[in-house]
Amino acid sequence: MIYLYVFLIGGAFCLIAQLLIDKTKITPANILVLYVCSGVVLTGVGLYGYIKDFASAGATVPLTGFGYTLAMGVREAVDKHGLLGVLMGGLTSTSSGVTAAMVFAVVWAALFKSKDKNI
Amino acid sequence: MDKNAFVKYATGREKRSPSLKNSILAFISGGLVCLAGQGLADLYKMAGMAEKSSATLASVTLVFLAGLFTGIGCFDKAAKICGAGLLVPITGFSNAVTSPAIDAKSEGFIMGVGAEMFKIAGPVVVYGNLVAVVYGIIYYISLCIAG
Repeated sequence: MIYLYVFLIGGAFCLIAQLLIDKTKITPANILVLYVCSGVVLTGVGLYGYIKDFASAGATVPLTGFGYTLAMGVREAVDKHGLLGVLMGGLTSTSSGVTAAMVFAVVWAALFKSKDKNI
Repeated sequence: MDKNAFVKYATGREKRSPSLKNSILAFISGGLVCLAGQGLADLYKMAGMAEKSSATLASVTLVFLAGLFTGIGCFDKAAKICGAGLLVPITGFSNAVTSPAIDAKSEGFIMGVGAEMFKIAGPVVVYGNLVAVVYGIIYYISLCIAG
């Protein structure tokens, strides 16, 4: 049953983004920024935790989940270190995804050539 | 239905249908990517990993695969069909890092690959953290008030 919720919620996040791209002037790059920031806000107001409990990877795989991880990292760091935690938690909690993307990107850039875009 | 009404109706349909198709494709493909993430996480959990680590490793696997497919060249082709279905999951973030990195290879590894990979991912990390810091300050103040 969880797999159905994962599919539906994950798909819904993508559907909303597609509608924003098609119906408004928001560019795909702006969607990425918008989604991460929305994820932080939704976590801050307490909503995203419920979505995550309900849909698991359907909530963590979309980029709003990146925002959720950022916000939860900051929250935990504030609990632990007080005000200084505000500056510590975000990058710590998202380090694996960002580091993986960076390191793999260098490897892929070394291995692959740019494709001809004139097709 | 007279001619004018039909033209109006037809142009309305014409404009809407690609968007409807895009939306359905985005919904299905996005849902499938999330399903893949859940499947991987469950697989890692079965292999004996802790729940949080398995979810993290599932995301890292998706980042790895999206980067690989970007390098091979099939990510862009799939993204043309799937649209936001591949953009919004963490695969889109990985593609946003890998794609400019590969394109900038001719400019060298420092100012080419190293700098260009943050063209889109940079703003995402910067503004995500900015909002997270604002949230952290509000959370800290709320803790102080609550005592």
